[in-house]
This record gives sequence, C-alpha cells and structure tokens, in this order.
Amino acid sequence: MTDRVKSLRARSLEALPSISAERARLMTEFYRENDGKHSVPVLRALSFMYLCERKTIWIGDGELIVGERGPEPKATPTFPELTCHSLEDLDILSSREKTSYAVPSEARDVYEREVIPYWRGRSMRDRLFQVLPREWQDAYEAGIFTEFMEQRAPGHTVADGKIYVKGLNGIKRTIQEELAKLDCLNDPRALDRREQLLAMEISADATILFAKRHAVLAREMAKKAEPKRAKELKRIAEVCERVPAEPPRDFWEALQAYWFCHLGVVTELNGWDAFSPGRLDQHLIPFYRAGIADGSLDEEKAKELLECFWVKFNNHPAPPKVGVTAAESGTYTDFANINIGGLTPNGDDGANEVSYLLLDVIEEMHILQPSNNIQLSRQNPDAFLKAACRVIRHGYGFPSVFNADAVMAEMLRQGKSLDDAREAGTSGCVEAGAFGKEAYILTGYFNLPKILEITLHDGVDPRTGKRIGLATGPCGSFDDLFKAWQRQVRHFVDIKVRGSQMIERMFAKYAPAPFLSLLIDDCVAKGCDYNAGGARYNTSYIQGVGIGTITDCFSAIKTHVFDDKFVSLDDLVRAMEGDFEGNEPLRARLANRTPRYGNDDDAADSIMVRCFEAFFQAVDGRPNTRGGQYRIDMLPTTCHVYFGSVTGATPDGRKAWTPLSEGISPVQGADRNGPTAVFRSASKMDHLRTGGTLLNMKFSPNVLACEEGIARLGQLIRGYFRLNGHHVQFNVVDAELLREAQRNPEEHRDLIVRVAGYSDYFCDLGRSLQDEIIARTEHDAVG
Amino acid sequence: MFNIQRFCVEDGPGIRTTVFLKGCPLRCLWCHNPESQLPGPQMSYDRERCIKCGACFDACAKHAIAKGSHFPDPKLCAGCDDCAQACPNGSRQIIGLEIVVGELMDTIVRDRGFYEESGGGVTFSGGEPLAQSSFLLEALRACRRLGIHTAVDTSGYAKRREALAVARLADLVLYDLKHVDDLRHRELTGVSNRPILDNLRALATEPVEVWIRVPLVPGVNDDPVHLELLGGFLASLEKHYPVWLLPYHRLGSHKLGRLGMPDRQEYEEPSTGRIERCADSLRAFGLEVCVNGKIAGEPPAPQMK
Repeated sequence: MTDRVKSLRARSLEALPSISAERARLMTEFYRENDGKHSVPVLRALSFMYLCERKTIWIGDGELIVGERGPEPKATPTFPELTCHSLEDLDILSSREKTSYAVPSEARDVYEREVIPYWRGRSMRDRLFQVLPREWQDAYEAGIFTEFMEQRAPGHTVADGKIYVKGLNGIKRTIQEELAKLDCLNDPRALDRREQLLAMEISADATILFAKRHAVLAREMAKKAEPKRAKELKRIAEVCERVPAEPPRDFWEALQAYWFCHLGVVTELNGWDAFSPGRLDQHLIPFYRAGIADGSLDEEKAKELLECFWVKFNNHPAPPKVGVTAAESGTYTDFANINIGGLTPNGDDGANEVSYLLLDVIEEMHILQPSNNIQLSRQNPDAFLKAACRVIRHGYGFPSVFNADAVMAEMLRQGKSLDDAREAGTSGCVEAGAFGKEAYILTGYFNLPKILEITLHDGVDPRTGKRIGLATGPCGSFDDLFKAWQRQVRHFVDIKVRGSQMIERMFAKYAPAPFLSLLIDDCVAKGCDYNAGGARYNTSYIQGVGIGTITDCFSAIKTHVFDDKFVSLDDLVRAMEGDFEGNEPLRARLANRTPRYGNDDDAADSIMVRCFEAFFQAVDGRPNTRGGQYRIDMLPTTCHVYFGSVTGATPDGRKAWTPLSEGISPVQGADRNGPTAVFRSASKMDHLRTGGTLLNMKFSPNVLACEEGIARLGQLIRGYFRLNGHHVQFNVVDAELLREAQRNPEEHRDLIVRVAGYSDYFCDLGRSLQDEIIARTEHDAVG
Repeated sequence: MFNIQRFCVEDGPGIRTTVFLKGCPLRCLWCHNPESQLPGPQMSYDRERCIKCGACFDACAKHAIAKGSHFPDPKLCAGCDDCAQACPNGSRQIIGLEIVVGELMDTIVRDRGFYEESGGGVTFSGGEPLAQSSFLLEALRACRRLGIHTAVDTSGYAKRREALAVARLADLVLYDLKHVDDLRHRELTGVSNRPILDNLRALATEPVEVWIRVPLVPGVNDDPVHLELLGGFLASLEKHYPVWLLPYHRLGSHKLGRLGMPDRQEYEEPSTGRIERCADSLRAFGLEVCVNGKIAGEPPAPQMK
C-alpha cells in the first residue's frame, strides 16, 4: 500500500459520520421557488441541476479519484423530499449508541427554520402513511413486514458498461434522437415521454457540470500546490473535463467516469444500495490492458488508483435511517457491491488480470465499503477461487461468494434473454439482477415465524392483543395447522402487495429518477422513468425472513404435539405465552429433541421446503405496477433481529424477543452435522426460483490455517454450488475474540464480521446481534 | 457403529465422511475415542449439560437410576434406552447403534458431490473396523459400486485373511503403528504387535495404497531409540509408505467421565519443535513424513523400492 493510500484510508476510517443539511437546504430553496412551474420529471431534473451547480465540492489531499456526495467525507446529505426528519429524529441520530451521525447545530437550525416548515406533510414519507390502508399499517406496526420505500427511494440497481463506451454525451445524443421521433399526433403518452426525456437530458448536463466544477477546483488548487501535487491536480482537472461527458481513454478516467455517475445517482435520490459498478473487472480490463501495452500503466499504479477509488465508497455512510428502517438495516454500509469474476458476455471465463488485482485490493484495504463478491462459475479456474479463499481466510467477511451459473439460471427463469442473464450478477446483499437493464426493487422483509404466532392465536397478535390476521380456528392436525398458516401468509402477502402497488405508483408519479434512468436500459428508448417501469426488466421482491426458525417451529409441533403427543397444542401455546418460565424441560425438549433444519435431516428439511413453497406460491408471479412481477428473496440484513424483537417465544424453544434465524442459515446452534450437512439442507430449497438466498457460515481460523484448508474451503463452495446454492459467505473469527471485542470495544474497532449479506464493524452492531454472531455455530473440522 | 462424522479432513484425502465402528481389541492408554472400545451400546451422561429435571428417573421402569447417581445400577438396568429417550436435551444418550449397510449408505451418499469436488470419500474407522469385517466388506463393495473412494483406518490387529480381503476392496488403508517393540506394545495397548507388523508386511505385496499413521505420544513412542526402530522397520518394507504423525491431544479425556470410566494418566501434548524433530528422524530413513493438520498438500504416492 502506498503512503498516499495509507493516509487516505486512515482519514476515511477516522472521519465520523455526520449529517450535512446542505442538500436539504438547497432542495428547500429550489422547491419553494419552483414547485408547480414544471412537470414533475423536469422539476426533479432541475432540482438536481440546482444541487450540482451549488453544492460544496471537495478534493482531498492526495486524492486521485475525486468527488464527494456531501461537502466532505462522511458528511451525509439528507433527502427531505422523501423523509423529512423531525428535530427529535435528529436528536436520536446524534445520540443513539449504534450507527449514530453527529448533527451540527447549524444543521439542526436549518431543519428547524427551513426544512421542516416546508417539507412536513409534503415529504413522500408523510404522504405514504396518509394513503396506506389501516390493515397495512396494523401489519407493519405488528412487525409482519417492513417497507423499504418508507424512507428511501427504490434504487437497487447496478451499472453495466455503457458509460465507458458512450459517455453521457453519447446517451444524450440518443435522447435527442428519441425526442425527434416523438409523435404527438398518434401517441397519447408523447407529452409524458417528452418531459421524461428532457428531464434525462438536463440530468446528464447536471452531472457533466458537476464534474467540470471539479476540474476548475483542481486547477485552482494546483496553483498553490507543491510541484508534484500540482502535476497530479492538473491531471485530475483533465480527467474531470473529459469524463463522464465523453468515454474514458484510460484506466484512471474509467474509474473517475464511474465515480461521477455514482455521485449523480446518490445525489439525485437516496435509492437503496447506493449504486454499484457491477462487473468492474470486465469494464476495466480493456483500459488496463491498453495501459500496460503502451507503458502508461503498471500493476502498482493500477492498484493505487483502485485503492483511491475504494476509499471513496467508504467515505459514504448510508443515508441516515430511523425507526423500523433503522432496525431492519442497522448499518453504515450502503451496500454498493463490486462483482469479480463470473462469465463474459460471450459466456466464457470472466476472471482476468483485474479480477486478481481487485482481490489484492480487498485484502490490503479491508474497509467496510464497498462490499465485494466473487461470481463463481464452473468456467472460472480453481486458481481464481483459491485466490478469493485466501482473502476470505482473513475473516473480514469479504469477498462473499456467488454461484454465477445459478444466478444465470435464476435470470433465465424470470424471462431474461441469455445475453442479459450473462451480464447479470448480484448486488446489495445477495440480490440477482440484470446489470444496467433491471429495476429489481426490494419492497420489504416478511416475518414468517410471526405469522405462525398469529395463527396459533387465531389471528390475534399476542403482543398487542390486536386482531390483524384471519380467524383460522383451532387445528386438530398438523396439516390443518400448516394450511391455516399458509392462509395467513397469503393474507399478509395480499396486504403487503396492496401497499407496495400504491407506493410504486407514488414514486412513479412524484419521485422520478431521471439521472438513474439515463444509465438503465430501456428508460431512454421507452421515454419512461426508472421508477415508473422504464427499465427493460422490472421486478419487485419480498424477502422472506426466518425460514430456519419457522421450519424448526413446525418440526417441533409435528414431533411433540401431533406425533409423540408429549404436549397438547394448547399447553404448548400457554408455555410459549409464559416464555417457558418454569418449564425448562419442555423448552429443552423442543430445542434438542426436534429434527431441525441444517442437519441434512429430511424430516426437518421437507418441512422447510413446504414453508418455502407456501411463501413462494403466495408471492411469485403477481404483477406489479411497472410491467413486471413480484418474486421472492431469502435474506434478512439485520431484520431477523428486529423481527425477533416483536415475536414472542416460539415452538422451537426460542425465547421471546430474541433474534430469528437469518437468511437461509439454520437457527443459531441448531446445526450439528458440519458444513456439508448445512449446505445439503439449504440446497433442498429451490434457489433457482428465488432472486437470491443468503447463507452464512462461520469458521474458526484454524480450519483455514494452511494451503490445504484453502483448498478445502474452495471444494466446499464448489460442492454447494453444484447443488445450485446461490450464495455463501464466511466469518472466520473465533468466538473468544468476539467476546473480547464485546468487553473492550475500543481495542477492536477494526474488527469486521460478516453479518448477513454484508460485513460490518463488530463494535457497531447492537448487543443482541453481537451475541447472535458469537452464538452462530463454529464449524470446526474434526480429524 | 457409534458415530458418523461428516466433513472430516484429516482421515485421508479430500472431504470425507468417517464412519466409526464400535469395538476394539486394543486398549491404548491414550485412546482418544474411549467410547469406541466396547462392542456394545453404552450410556453416556453429560453432567454439565444436565438440567436436573428428573425425567430419566421417572422413565426408568426398573428404577435403576437412583436419585443422586447418574449411571444406572448395572444390576437393575434392563439395557433399554427409555431414560435416554426421556432426556429433554440429550445429556443422557446411548452410544452405539446397530445399522445395516443400506442405511449407512443413505448417509454416505449425501456428501457425494463434496467427495467428487475434493477427491474425498468415506473412511471406516473405529474402534477397529476389521473387527466387523463382513459388515465392512459389504460397505466397501457398496461404495465401490457407487464409485466412492474408500479408506479403512485400522490398527492392523486382525486376521491376515480379513486384512487382505479389506485391502483388496479399499482404495486406501490408514495403518496405525503405535510401537515397534512387542513388549512395550503389550504394555501400552494390551496386545502383541506381531500380527500388526506381519499384516503390514503382507499388505506391502498388495497393490493397495497405504498411509502409515503414528500417534505421537510424548514419553511413549517419541524417543530417539523407538524412532530409529520405527524408521528402520518402515524402510525395510517392500514399499516406502508416507508416514503421518498424529500428535497426541487430550480431547478424548473428557469423554471418560461421561462414560462412567475412571480417570487416567494424561500425557503432555507434544510441542511443534518436538513433532518436527520426530518427523526429521524418520525422514532420515528416506520416508515421506507429514504431520496431521500441519503440512500442506497430500502426501505423494508411495514409491516402489
């Protein structure tokens, strides 16, 4: 690592997240003056232009890749047009123990004087809750599901390679062609298209202008800098003059081109998962090879540029989240995710020189952001897998590992073309999507075990005494009970989808994303916004949570109530209501003498498959409002902790308010037959009919101690993937170290662990999540 | 059988499932699987895990478990597993069950994909698997039909005919050698090493792959004199086999209490330096020596002398 990178990395780690009210202030100014003068898309584009013209820009000492989302690193803008934080919210943000953001008093003042008075009642969040039906709000408050769009825009997408080939000016030329083709005589939507296309054009200009402001600033700074830095600043100025307007000419320009597009996306709206470069190794390889060939680039220089690029992601904590959204996604990570390896557009091995370089970068940098992963296909050589395993061994939770062949099959099942499927990958936590062509929007988590609790109480939530489900009546057999749960699942999916349909339309009408629309095919060709169905593919996901817990619950009821008749259903429910107080033998029997998911035990796993199918059938294929369908994902972020906190004791012996199982991992500690049995159990679910599943596995470092351990890890992964597993990620830390970090957090601030679809600083996690990570089974290999 | 352990990575090449057969003619003083020694089922009781609920007392029709004691009175115990069935958390269990080859294969085939990815397979261990040679031969045949790689981990204390029959069906024999001196071997394991050494000489004329495994127990078999004898013996065989040193560990000792067996003398766990010195003195005989879990890569194929 060069001294430059060391210093940039250290500064990024040291800077504390804070709230910047600059964006909120500028947006308020703009809207006070302009609201009502333009169509919504053009108004949005002009507000984006207003920001790009005026926001403070920043070039840090030693930086080679430039541009910040806020006025300085870790200063985090807010989006009052979507979520207007109250003063109380700001106080919570600044004072809460985990994922806090410092709130400067000027920011608080701006909110009090300008932002809140204008946006209260106008923000998307305020308006959503006025529209959403009572039954939706009841289920939401009970913790049956969450709603991603209550504080943030849809987002959830990834770039393809067009910006490196066309530049924004190239895309603008296509917009002008489309404008010229508009047929107002025959096309009733021609005006809508016109407004949308104009908005996209303005947004492209805004981002180009924003880049050029950096060129101006760099030249200014060069005047006062010492000669070596002055030379770099002049080069930075040249780069910012060129990209993203025109296609990049070299490796440096390519990285900077992406970065300005990234900034555009995350400045326009606060979409989920920020934005991601997708197949970075494949996008960069022509520039890398050309630079090596003409001598203008060498491996060290390329690595330094990549590391400067890496730091930029880490400078951006997620936009501040409050309430349920903070609980379901309690992290600074904003889920930008970089894909390495996989297939080329021709379907060949996609691992190249840059892939290996990226693995080196991950190993050297080990910082929170960007998330990164390898896409592993049958076509990729073992050398590539081993190189990744050597990084995994260090235990930062990076990179996570995806099955590129399974991702392709998932895309094809959803009706994508083979070409688009090959360019697909995964982003966010584990979500598969066709990069540059798809809006694959996560709508919220869905609490499968809570619905059993409600079923066992005939539709009433025992936590609040409120009836929110169907009265399905008493159940005399296991099948009766299962069917009752299945009916309740469908009931709540209906409620969830009804809400999501409204929310989709509200974003389509009131919060278009013209800049993002430039980057995703076929928004320009259709003259239709990303948020309104402009993308080639439009998928809405509901993410199932607690498949391990719900399986063990049903298995426990089947075994002990209906098969062995050890306890009656009524007595079991009573014991659960008392959180098994004074009934430890019953609790122990439920937990220990039940066939449990994760042991390759068909008795339990067949129940898992049944639960999965019930959820799948309730969701998959329903039409959304954007011309696409609802699908399922199986991932939790941190929502299994939140969902656990609203769910009482469960029939698997789980105590009240403790976390549910995460992703498709077994309940913490339930798996006793080692990693191959976990993989086998998990693979009995049909991953290819989801858009992503998340499996977490923890290894003690000694398992991966030598080259042989590296090989074994690779073989385990290959073995899981031949069973069509979608994803696996590894924590390689021992429980003792984690306990030590709990006792002395100050000494272990840098400890990164894999949480669920992303890695996080262990000490930034809530106590219950920390405990849970410690409790996750350590898979010690036994000789 | 007393256990099937999946994802074993030190009982032969690749990712393996190890099948532990119960019953062993040897009584090694350092045995790390004391539950493997007796051929029949045994009660295991984990005091730390027990929640003292009393379900086992209530379940026992013979009243063989007195309050305050943990193991059934052998005079009263009917040998049923009612008490273990009643235990809510498995702190009381029966170790050892009868299984037919078909059932065993149901488990073995589950990890076939992992065997194929890693060059792994199944290892039959014990106890002494050759003590149940007809079962073992049937299982080996079943694996061969499915193309699953097999290894047999044996003490070598068996009838020549059985040892050769197994060697002809297995892909690999993991052959344990404890001590070359017969008198010392009797002291340490309770049996003579003569059949063990003779069987190994006989195996050396067969085409089967063999890895020699030596549990390295400080003060027992790691002295220079013994290593000289051992190296000399191995070098004198028809073929040079790779040698794996298995450093002694104490993990087996905690099982004694659970089985109601008396405590025993503990040995030191050998230091890395000591292990390396032992490995070097065997290497001086031209042998390939590996240390379990320490050295990268698989050992090379045995070379013909």
